Amino acid sequence: MTQVSDISGEPATGARRAAKPVARLERVIIRFAGDSGDGMQLTGDRFTSETAQLGNDISTLPNFPAEIRAPAGTLPGVSSFQVHFAEYDILTPGDKPDVLVAMNPAALKANIDDLEPGATIIVNTDEFTPRNLKKVGYAANPLEDGSLGSYHVHGAALASMTIDALAVHEVSKKDAERAKNMFALGLLSWMYSRPYESTLRFLERKFAKRPDLVTANIAAFKAGWNFGETTESFSVRYEVAPAPLPAGTYRNITGNAALALGLVAASVQSELPLFLGAYPITPASDILHALSRHKDLGVVTMQAEDEIAAVGAAVGAAYGGALGVTTTSGPGVALKGETISLALMLELPLVIVDVQRAGPSTGLPTKTEQADLHMALFGRHGEAPVAVIAPRSPADCFDAAIEACRIALTHRTPVILLSDNYVANGSEPWRLPEVADLPDLRVAFATEPNGPDGTFLPYLRDPVTLARPWAVPGTPGLEHRIGGLEKADKTGAISYDPANHDHMVRTRAARIEAIRVPDVEVADPGAAARVLVLGWGSTYGPIGAACRRLRQGGHAVAQAHLRHLAPLPGNLGDVLRRYDKVVVPEMNLGQLSTVIRARYLVDTVPYHQVRGLPFTAAELETALLEVVADV
Amino acid sequence: MSESTRVNGAAPVPVTLTMKDFKSDQEVRWCPGCGDYAILAAVQGFLPELGIAREKIVFLSGIGCSSRFPYYLNTYGMHSIHGRAPAIATGLSVTRPDLSVWVITGDGDALSIGGNHLIHALRRNVNLKILLFNNQIYGLTKGQYSPTSEAGKITKSTPAGSADAPFNPVSLALGAEASFVARTIDSDRRHLQSVLRAAAAHPGSALVEIYQNCNIFNDGAFEPLKDADTRDDFLLRLEHGRPLVFGAEGQWCVARTAGGFGLEVRPTEAVAEADIVVHDTGIADPSYAFALSRLPRPDLRHTPVGVFRDVPRPTYDDTVRQQVAEARIPVTSTPRQQLTALLHAGDTWTLT
Repeated sequence: MTQVSDISGEPATGARRAAKPVARLERVIIRFAGDSGDGMQLTGDRFTSETAQLGNDISTLPNFPAEIRAPAGTLPGVSSFQVHFAEYDILTPGDKPDVLVAMNPAALKANIDDLEPGATIIVNTDEFTPRNLKKVGYAANPLEDGSLGSYHVHGAALASMTIDALAVHEVSKKDAERAKNMFALGLLSWMYSRPYESTLRFLERKFAKRPDLVTANIAAFKAGWNFGETTESFSVRYEVAPAPLPAGTYRNITGNAALALGLVAASVQSELPLFLGAYPITPASDILHALSRHKDLGVVTMQAEDEIAAVGAAVGAAYGGALGVTTTSGPGVALKGETISLALMLELPLVIVDVQRAGPSTGLPTKTEQADLHMALFGRHGEAPVAVIAPRSPADCFDAAIEACRIALTHRTPVILLSDNYVANGSEPWRLPEVADLPDLRVAFATEPNGPDGTFLPYLRDPVTLARPWAVPGTPGLEHRIGGLEKADKTGAISYDPANHDHMVRTRAARIEAIRVPDVEVADPGAAARVLVLGWGSTYGPIGAACRRLRQGGHAVAQAHLRHLAPLPGNLGDVLRRYDKVVVPEMNLGQLSTVIRARYLVDTVPYHQVRGLPFTAAELETALLEVVADV
Repeated sequence: MSESTRVNGAAPVPVTLTMKDFKSDQEVRWCPGCGDYAILAAVQGFLPELGIAREKIVFLSGIGCSSRFPYYLNTYGMHSIHGRAPAIATGLSVTRPDLSVWVITGDGDALSIGGNHLIHALRRNVNLKILLFNNQIYGLTKGQYSPTSEAGKITKSTPAGSADAPFNPVSLALGAEASFVARTIDSDRRHLQSVLRAAAAHPGSALVEIYQNCNIFNDGAFEPLKDADTRDDFLLRLEHGRPLVFGAEGQWCVARTAGGFGLEVRPTEAVAEADIVVHDTGIADPSYAFALSRLPRPDLRHTPVGVFRDVPRPTYDDTVRQQVAEARIPVTSTPRQQLTALLHAGDTWTLT
């Protein structure tokens, strides 16, 4: 048992009591939930950062409405942030929260069904007014009617206590009330023995221009911490020991942030300026925001007039010899289709990032789905094959972005990178790579004529990669014209010849198949499995967690996960045929399954869910168990 | 070579080339008699004047008859997709200040499917020279009305007459606050080249509308502006610093509307000399040039040709590059060192 004290430099509110006992937990799942304006994403983010520094493994899941400010206190306005942290390596943000922080009745109502009996609920009692209860359909106050009897409920007047704590500071009542999320963060930080220095530094940075708000938020945080320490409501605090992660320097990172850094890294490693053309769209805009801050590395970002201009400008930049990238979500990819086809006809490098969201049309713009796979593979006119890859986790977005750029630059082709809302906004600890270990992506531009009599043949191909020369404007002697019309082999002149078109269509397909991708690896401990679970993209964590549970229960199951969707790994057919059953869980209605069946004539057991939420490990475990038990 | 023909601020390199150097080996495939031939010859004849090496010149086009243009020039060129050339050219121009970037487009390409990209390129003032071939018809798709066709136009797709009101491309460009806007005619090579010269000298976006005859689907659309019997009375030739007096006998002039906002054509004899408008391309307020652009009658009388507006305005390219340059000023480390620092930014922790 450790002796702990209240936050130094501030007297504890209320009477001092002896420090409370500390219990040790292996893992905890906390969900912060409140109104859209309550700052739950920020609160969760800070708690995550504190937790990361303690060395726990972490996985997070933000979940917020599409509306910036839905009507206050309503169910559609509830915004939440779930953080799972543990003393061992974890794969998902967790299924069922152990602790729910509910800032109002709507947050309680929207999340209560996800809790197991015995879970802890911390509620802001200030908001449990008859009017607010009625707004979300509570006939009686659930804090008083016994309906929460199976949970440990801690009611605390978070808002009024925050206002009281800030009475001595010169802040308006409104600003004081708004700081209640920091009170909640302080309380939770106390409960789980989180180091808070980084949060204090963060608040100083965030409100640098408003010293009064720095004071208010820090005071609110400390009040929350000291409330935990002194109130009798909490008799114990907890610790979760650091996870035994590989040695190295870590930071916590979201998928979008990692993806942006990966693009910057690819620019550095290719020694090409990065040009991003983008139009704001949820959930991809953060990549534009991040890259727009890296001008010191020569990054040029253009917020274009529309999705089509965004990709068009990226093609123009690539034509001029830059690393051309466009970032968007599914509706944007639909608009960019014609330009992607142009880029593949021009055989120029281009990276298209699709941070998938639940569709079609506007769909559920802040929720996750993997339903753009077929669009990425097939969603263009004519025979229009491009390379397609997908990251498996937030930190993996860094490596996936570099891989997308490698393929684009080496093979002079558009590459679609299929991220999704789950990995884009979720976060996990990222072991920082050594820059010296990153791949060398430098390319050789064409500088000399390559044809007879000093002519230049813009479509003369490299025999291995089938890539054509990248001859950028400004290169003397290589002046040539390219365009969307079919080209004659080698010369690139306009050609309407039937045999030439047949040859060029097949060559463009062969170009993609010629991309070297690593074999898919299979995790099959004991090599006794008869069932293979095949996934792609962001389902890696939930599938891995479900497989882990099955194995702990004595069942053998193999897991393989695809990064490359086009071309597929060379060994995939052999891998699939090694198992009696292949289960393909996807957050769509079976798009990879369709591809697998068509390509390999291997049947699959599809498992689909399109609820806008990631799979939980528990539901996958149940689904997989049915198959495993059946073979 | 003069300062004004610099490419995007890059130092000029004296180059001596001839019209022949700009002809590609591709067979030109427009319909016999198409106005595009005259424009091609005028451009090929003009390009040596730039004094820029061929490899530093890029022609980008969209889709349509005019957009085949890049294939016939021995420079770098891209025939892209319908309406999108200004967007593609923006990405090229902003990343390659050493290039002279030209966009070739038509009335359908620029004003219908690509209207959005055109207005945004103009409002940003991207360093592009946009040549808009306006023949008031869709030629490549065989004769449907275009966004510049006159109201009531009878075509294959509008047998009862078009219900659309047409765009005036010059008015549209001025509405987008284009910093350079001009109009010329395919058949008048000397005038066309003088306008190209002014466009090339302008830093930033230049929109040049070129009236171009489609002799297959819209023959003679601009005939009154070309016919020796009518052209002097129909054309208002804009020359900076000169009074706006026109007509075979100088019988027409441009004056401010009494009590109104705009300009009007009046008999010269009825206007005091001091009240005749003297053309000034450098007026910051686009309203003057816009008023000029509204003078033509439906029968093409009073059609101004020449440079409507030529004003300095910061270019998108320069502003973007300046931001990058300023961000790089304090940087003393190598890109790999910078990347390492970037990866380690924020809250990190180390496990041993």
